[in-house]
Amino acid sequence: MDWLLHADTTGHKLALMVVAILLFVAVMSVLLFGVDRIKRAPTWLVVTGFLGPTLLFLAFGLVYPGLNTIRLSLFDAKSRNFVGADNYVTAFTDPQFQIVLRNTVLWVVLVPLCATAIGLVYAVLIDRARFESFAKTLIFLPMAISLVGASIIWKFVYEYKPNQGNIQQIGLANQLLVWLGFEPQQFLLHQPWNTLFLIVVMIWIQAGFAMTVISAAVKAIPDDIVEAARLDGLHGLGMFRYITVPSIRPALVVVLTTIAMATLKVFDVVRTMTGGNFKTSVVAYEFYTQSFRAENAGLGAALAVILFVLVIPIVVYNVRQLRLAEEVR
Amino acid sequence: MTVIPPTDLLDSQVGDSRKESKLSRADKRAIAVKGRLSSPWASALAIVIALLWTIPTLGLLVTSFRPRSDIRRSGWWTAWQDPNFSFDNYTEVLFGSSTKLSTYFINSLVITLPAVVIPISLALLAAYAFAWIDFKGRNILFVAVFALQVVPIQVTMIPLLTQYNRSGVSGTFWVIWLSHSIFALPLAIYLLHNFMKQIPRELVEAARVDGAGHVKIFFRVLLPLLTPAIASFAIFQFLWVWNDLLVALVFGAPDTAPLTVRVAELAGTRGSQWHLLSAGAFVAMVVPLIVFLALQRYFVRGLLAGSVKG
Repeated sequence: MDWLLHADTTGHKLALMVVAILLFVAVMSVLLFGVDRIKRAPTWLVVTGFLGPTLLFLAFGLVYPGLNTIRLSLFDAKSRNFVGADNYVTAFTDPQFQIVLRNTVLWVVLVPLCATAIGLVYAVLIDRARFESFAKTLIFLPMAISLVGASIIWKFVYEYKPNQGNIQQIGLANQLLVWLGFEPQQFLLHQPWNTLFLIVVMIWIQAGFAMTVISAAVKAIPDDIVEAARLDGLHGLGMFRYITVPSIRPALVVVLTTIAMATLKVFDVVRTMTGGNFKTSVVAYEFYTQSFRAENAGLGAALAVILFVLVIPIVVYNVRQLRLAEEVR
Repeated sequence: MTVIPPTDLLDSQVGDSRKESKLSRADKRAIAVKGRLSSPWASALAIVIALLWTIPTLGLLVTSFRPRSDIRRSGWWTAWQDPNFSFDNYTEVLFGSSTKLSTYFINSLVITLPAVVIPISLALLAAYAFAWIDFKGRNILFVAVFALQVVPIQVTMIPLLTQYNRSGVSGTFWVIWLSHSIFALPLAIYLLHNFMKQIPRELVEAARVDGAGHVKIFFRVLLPLLTPAIASFAIFQFLWVWNDLLVALVFGAPDTAPLTVRVAELAGTRGSQWHLLSAGAFVAMVVPLIVFLALQRYFVRGLLAGSVKG
C-alpha cells in the first residue's frame, strides 16, 4: 500500500504513473465490456457504464464540496461554531478586504477591456498581411506558458536598481525611464499603481486568446459585405467602426466574458510577483491565504462563495447576448 | 471558464477557410489591400504590439544564458557587446543541490499524463451517452453537467482537502490526478459532446442496424472520427495541468510538487538571483512551448470551439 502512496525516486514515480493509467484503463474496460457482454442489457445499465464514473466524480468532487463550502462560510475559522454572515461582513467591511475588492474590480474591468481591445486592433491590422500566421504566433505564445513563468518574465522587466554611481539598470522598464531622463521606479511597491503593473501581465497573457477568436470572426465576415461597404466609400477606420466591429459583436462578447471569468480566478500572478504584499491582493489570492495559510476555513469559504457569485452575472450576460445574437439570425 | 460558442465560430476554421466566394485570389488581394487600415501608422502599431509581446520573453531568455556576474552588472540588451553565453545556469538550476529542478520536472510529467488521459476517457464516454443513448432525464442531467462549468474550483477546495486528509491520501499523486480529472470533466464533456453531435446521425444508425451495441459503436465508429477533437482538448488539458499552480499547491506535498510550485518558490526566496530564476522559468516553459508550437492548429481549434478554462 505504501508503495502506491509515496514515491520518491524517479523510477518509482514513473512506475506509479503507469500503474495509475493501467488501473484506470482496466477498471473502465471491465465496466464497459461487462455492459457489452450482457445480451439485451437494459438502457439504464448501459448508461451507468458510460456515465456512472463521471457522475460519481462530479458528485464527489464538485457538487458535494461546493454545497459544503457554502455551509462552511457560515461557520468560524475552525468550522465549529455557527457565526451567520460574520465572514461576509468581514469580507466586505474590513479595510484590508476593501482594498482586495477594489483590486479585484480593477482586474476584472481592465484585463478584459484592454486585452480585447489590443487583440481586436492587432487581429484587424495583420488580417491578410504577409506574415500573418507568424505575427499571430508571436502574440499567442504567452498563452502557452504558465502564469508563474509570465510573472517571472515581467518581474525581470520591472526589476529596480537604485540610481546612483555607475550602477546600471537590469530591468528594461527602468532602463527605458533612465534613457528618457526619468528616475527609476520601484514598480511593484507603491499602490495603487503596482496593481496596474500586475494587470499588465494578465493582459499580456490574454491578448493572444482575444486575438485568435476575433481573427477567426473577422475572417468569417462575408466578402460581399466588405465589398459593398467599400463601394459605398468606407475605408480604413470607417470600415473598422461600421463594418468590422458590429459584424463580430458576438465574438467580442464571448472574448470579454471569458477573459473576465478567467481573470477573476487568477491568483498566480499576484502570488509570484508580490506575494499579496503592498496592497496588491485580490479575492482569489486572499481565498488561498485565508483557507490554506491562515487556516481560517470560514473566511476562506466565504471568499470562495464571493468568487462564485461574481462569476454568475458574467455568465448570465454572456448567455443572454448569445441568445440575442441567435434571434437576430 | 466556459461560454457557449456562437455557431459561426465553430464553423470557421483557423487558417484561411473563408466562406466560399466567387472572387478570385487576385480580387481578394485587391480588396484586402484597399480595405485594410494599411497606413504606415497601422503597420507601425502592429509592429509595436508585436515587439511588446516578444521582448520581455526574449530578455529573460538572453539573461538565462549569461553568467551570474554579468546579469547583476548590466542589462541583457548590452550582452551583444561582450558575448559570453553558456548553459551553466541551466546545469545549476536543474541539478544543483539547492534547486534540483530535474526532480520537479519529473513530478510535472508524472502529474500531467494521467491528468490528461483519465478525464478525456471519462468525458468521451459521458459525451457519448449524452449524445447517442436515449434515456430518461438525459437533458436535465446534461444541463446540470454543463452548468457545473461555472463553479470556480476554489469553491470545492476546502471540503475536498478535508476529505483527502480524512482518507489519509492527501499529498500523494493520486489526489492530484483525481482533482485535475474532476475539474476538467464538465468542460471536456461539453466540448466533446459538441463534436460528437456533429457526426452524421445516419452513420450511427447504420451501425446500429448492423447490430452493433453502444460499446462497439463508440469504439469502432465514433472514436476514429473524433481524433482531432480529442487532440484539441488533450493539448488544452495538458497545458492547463502543466501550468497549474493552485491545485498542486493546495493538494500536493513537497515531494509531489511540480515545476510551477518550485519555480514560484524560487521567485519568492531567491528573488534577486536572476541567473537561477531565468533558467528555471525556461525549464518550466520549454515543454508547453514545444507542445504548443507543434500542435498549434489543434489548440486554436479547441479555443474556437468556445472555451477557455481558468
